[in-house]
Amino acid sequence: MTNDLIHATAAELAAKIHSGEVSSVEVTQAHLDRIAETDQAVHAFLHVDAEGALAQARQVDADVKAGKVVSPLAGVPLALKDVMTTEGVPTTVGSKMLEGWLPPYDATVTRKLKDAGVVILGKTNMDEFAMGSSTENSAYGPTHNPWDLDRIPGGSGGGSSAALAALQAPLAIGTDTGGSIRQPGAVTGTVGVKPTYGGVSRYGLVAFSSSLDQAGPCARTVLDAALLHEVIAGYDEMDSTSINEPVPPVVAAAREGLNGDLTGVRIGVVTQFSGEGYQPGVLRSFQAAVSQLKELGAEIADVSCPSFDYALPAYYLIAPSECSSNLARFDAMRYGLRVGDDGTRSTEEVMSLTREAGFGPEVKRRIMIGTYALSSGYYDAYYGSAQKVRTLITQDFQKAFATFDVLISPTTPTTAFKIGERANDPMAMYKADLCTIPANLAGTPAMSVPSGLSDEDGLPVGLQIMAPALQDHRMYRVAAAYEAARGAFGGPSL
Amino acid sequence: MTSLVELMDYDEVIEKYDPVLGLEVHVELHTNTKMFCGCANEFGGEPNTNTCPTCLGLPGSLPVVNGKAVESAIRIGLALNCEIAEWCRFARKNYFYPDMPKNFQTSQYDEPIAFNGWLDVTLDDGEVIRVEIERAHMEEDTGKSLHVGGATGRIHGAEHSLLDYNRAGVPLIEIVTKMIPGTGRRAPEVARAYVTALRDLLKALDVSDVRMDQGSLRCDANVSLSPKTTGALGTRTETKNVNSLRSVERAVRFEMTRQAAVLSSGGEVTQETRHFDESSGSTSPGRKKETAEDYRYFPEPDLVPIAPSREWVEQLRGTLPELPWERRARIQKEWNLTDEVLRDLVNANALDLIIATVEAGAKPDEARSWWVSYLAQQANTRGVDLPDLPITPAQVARVIELVNAGALTNKLAREAVNGVLAGEGSPDEVVEKRGLKVVSDDSALEKAVDEALAAQPDVAQKIRDGKVQAAGAIVGAVMKATKGQADAARVREIVLARCS
Amino acid sequence: MGFPIRIPTLRGLTGVPSISRDEVAHLAKLARLAVTEDELDLFAGQLDVILQSVATVGDIATADIPPTSHAVPLTNVFREDVVRPSLGQQQALSGAPEAEDGRFRVPRILGEEA
Repeated sequence: MTNDLIHATAAELAAKIHSGEVSSVEVTQAHLDRIAETDQAVHAFLHVDAEGALAQARQVDADVKAGKVVSPLAGVPLALKDVMTTEGVPTTVGSKMLEGWLPPYDATVTRKLKDAGVVILGKTNMDEFAMGSSTENSAYGPTHNPWDLDRIPGGSGGGSSAALAALQAPLAIGTDTGGSIRQPGAVTGTVGVKPTYGGVSRYGLVAFSSSLDQAGPCARTVLDAALLHEVIAGYDEMDSTSINEPVPPVVAAAREGLNGDLTGVRIGVVTQFSGEGYQPGVLRSFQAAVSQLKELGAEIADVSCPSFDYALPAYYLIAPSECSSNLARFDAMRYGLRVGDDGTRSTEEVMSLTREAGFGPEVKRRIMIGTYALSSGYYDAYYGSAQKVRTLITQDFQKAFATFDVLISPTTPTTAFKIGERANDPMAMYKADLCTIPANLAGTPAMSVPSGLSDEDGLPVGLQIMAPALQDHRMYRVAAAYEAARGAFGGPSL
Repeated sequence: MTSLVELMDYDEVIEKYDPVLGLEVHVELHTNTKMFCGCANEFGGEPNTNTCPTCLGLPGSLPVVNGKAVESAIRIGLALNCEIAEWCRFARKNYFYPDMPKNFQTSQYDEPIAFNGWLDVTLDDGEVIRVEIERAHMEEDTGKSLHVGGATGRIHGAEHSLLDYNRAGVPLIEIVTKMIPGTGRRAPEVARAYVTALRDLLKALDVSDVRMDQGSLRCDANVSLSPKTTGALGTRTETKNVNSLRSVERAVRFEMTRQAAVLSSGGEVTQETRHFDESSGSTSPGRKKETAEDYRYFPEPDLVPIAPSREWVEQLRGTLPELPWERRARIQKEWNLTDEVLRDLVNANALDLIIATVEAGAKPDEARSWWVSYLAQQANTRGVDLPDLPITPAQVARVIELVNAGALTNKLAREAVNGVLAGEGSPDEVVEKRGLKVVSDDSALEKAVDEALAAQPDVAQKIRDGKVQAAGAIVGAVMKATKGQADAARVREIVLARCS
Repeated sequence: MGFPIRIPTLRGLTGVPSISRDEVAHLAKLARLAVTEDELDLFAGQLDVILQSVATVGDIATADIPPTSHAVPLTNVFREDVVRPSLGQQQALSGAPEAEDGRFRVPRILGEEA
């Protein structure tokens, strides 16, 4: 029974809970047990809120009993990335800087989840302040990939994806600034979606790079991701960059896709994302996916987006610049860590000592790069130029979408690498986000859906699907159709 | 604190140098809420009560622009004859300071909402000078720090500090003039007149409390001197903490005489921020920054651009009230005032009060009489500006109304005004509480007169004998007996009638 | 690292930033980071590599291209000037390292008297 519950999809669990076949408390407890059993090895969670989760589950069960209409995912457990504020529940963003901080407010995403009766199991591990591609930058130790515990689960949202792969939760929330939902999804064999920028409120998302950050759903199936997408998306007056438009019909699109017909759908293969540096097994998996999409009736052709070659450098200017400003607020004055206040030191000294002690090396490195790139003498050459590249990337997307409904590529150039392998080489680490970054710079939606296992190492590979802004549903339809055609590819033996 | 500073005689300064002025005024808008969050725009009360995740800069919080503040900014821009940007943005100004919760200020940088305007300023003698406006832009205020320990309660020598963020995020408009050259001897006066005119304008627009003493209007004065011999531009200093109109004038004058002394002795003026000291009337340098300022401005990614449609701008133009100078011209014509009288009323800060008193129902002559004589004396005694007296034009109008109705004598009216100034309430409440009432009941007066006559039979006899001037003593006694609440003329009539 | 990736070739050495220890120290001061001597060396090397590779943005960012600051083309997002409930003093101070008399208590402030 427990085994069934942790293997079930969110859609299946919701149906069982709402029909009274199982209770949300049983489902929640099964997942809490699974976490207790496996998280020693995986370390997906920074904080498990068993009490809060069971209270929410009991409430849903009472509502079901009382015949109250419950929302589609009510009673289903979820793992929340520790970047979202949760009132009264620790929120650390993977940093020593916020150890023990209990936010006095809920993020909009948190509130929407609670309002929808979704059961929040706890907060998941992540690279400190979402800066990283491996979750090795967490101040609380790395998360391990359930497929191979010596390997990274991707990052920054490695905790959320690992929790899904380890069957600790059927649903999770991630945030994606340069690939932090999609890349972990790819290397853990799970689905991860970065919605259109502005599609999901950023209120309460602890900012890394404000113009790029976007929260999105993580799940083991495309339909589950779509169901969660509709729970968290929508206009929010607390976020000025929130889009005041109806949520794209992603659930309907996922269901439509499940019928397996992609006749007439035009798919462009981005030529920039292949060749040297790409693991052969990843490219073979991608080619197999292309063939399957053709069999489903899609029209597929190559498309060149030359400016995408400059996405990585542009990203590594824009994101550090914004982060150098966003993280200035962590100064030991109002909340969080304070170091060195011995009664003789000034605020300036205490600020500097606290920031030195509270931030890890990657965070400091990015703050330094951003501080440099925004300096008056360098602004035009660095930040200014990066914003122009952003324009070119947006234009390349527009040109490509004039011909194609969606674009595809591998999600990431390689499968999961070993923990520690790239830890001392920032540039090598940054390349994990090569294929995912353009969508962040243009604000367009993109997702990763598993394309099975690499034939050379048996590790998961991700297929990235990209769509125009506000056309998130297009990629769900393609992904769901592909997922059905692809079939099951097993899971980690954990 | 004040060290000896060499100053040059003012006449000599003017002989050798041309002063160049630049004025930056920060005005706090009196919107209901803060610039970027829904917290009440009120401070001074219990600390940190009007705070939320956004104005405390909590992780995850986001700003949303107050539409009313944008409206006020555009109205200010229009009243200052500015162009209104078709598209502009907020930027982040990055620097660390504990009273700034995010360690950046959200402010407009190179894209202000209003720019290229002017304001005509009338000097005391009636001369009009056009001050050109560089820009008016939106930003947010900081929190307030309280320095504990040390001798002075000031920042230097304090042991620790306490922070209150109730003011953090209050909407500010910064209005910056272009360089104002050519004012010569009158530079200090021009500076004061400009800030005065701006204050009156902002008040008429009803966008701010414009109280310099409370910090809702703050002026930074930039001054430099250009030697007449070369005409080269001088190095400027920026004087802060100028908290009254009079201080604006004093600070500019002090800087002129100080900079001239530095220059004439072969020294160089340091480009720096200086601090004005009210008590000594001098300026002193602020703390030197260890590192060069680099604010690392960039467009605020959490806020979208502002693109006011021309329709919206025109609609806001339609909401502009009669502006102070338009109003003065109209009043001068309507009340038939000479230029000189008008100027005196303006200089005494009385005109707007008189107009408001008239609008509340009084006749212009009566209103003028109260404000320029009795109330002006009271302001003078208390050492405050006329508008800062704790009495409103409507209250003055009510007192005048009571006099005209015969309910108060002039003497009682002054007592009623004293009561209002003493904080005892409205004129009617003071009349009630103090029992101020003209004794108009003839029988009561007759009784008092008879008693007075009986008490002073010899005086009574004199009056009966035709010595009418002796009646004064009896009138005086009656006034005393009625505690001044009788109409003296009527008492005199009764006395004469009784003794005839 | 044995991980070749096709990214644009780096610029030639001319015009490429070379970050000195002093510059790193200056940046650290601006960013309020009390970096150690070891970090100065480490960051000087790493920043140099990173900045050299990201400087390629200058290769295609020509003068005629407008910059993009916001991914979504929204304008004029305003809030009604209506008061919302505040956190209240206790909640506001709940995360404070130190508080006193309803205020955040912080070490002595060096700075301008303004």
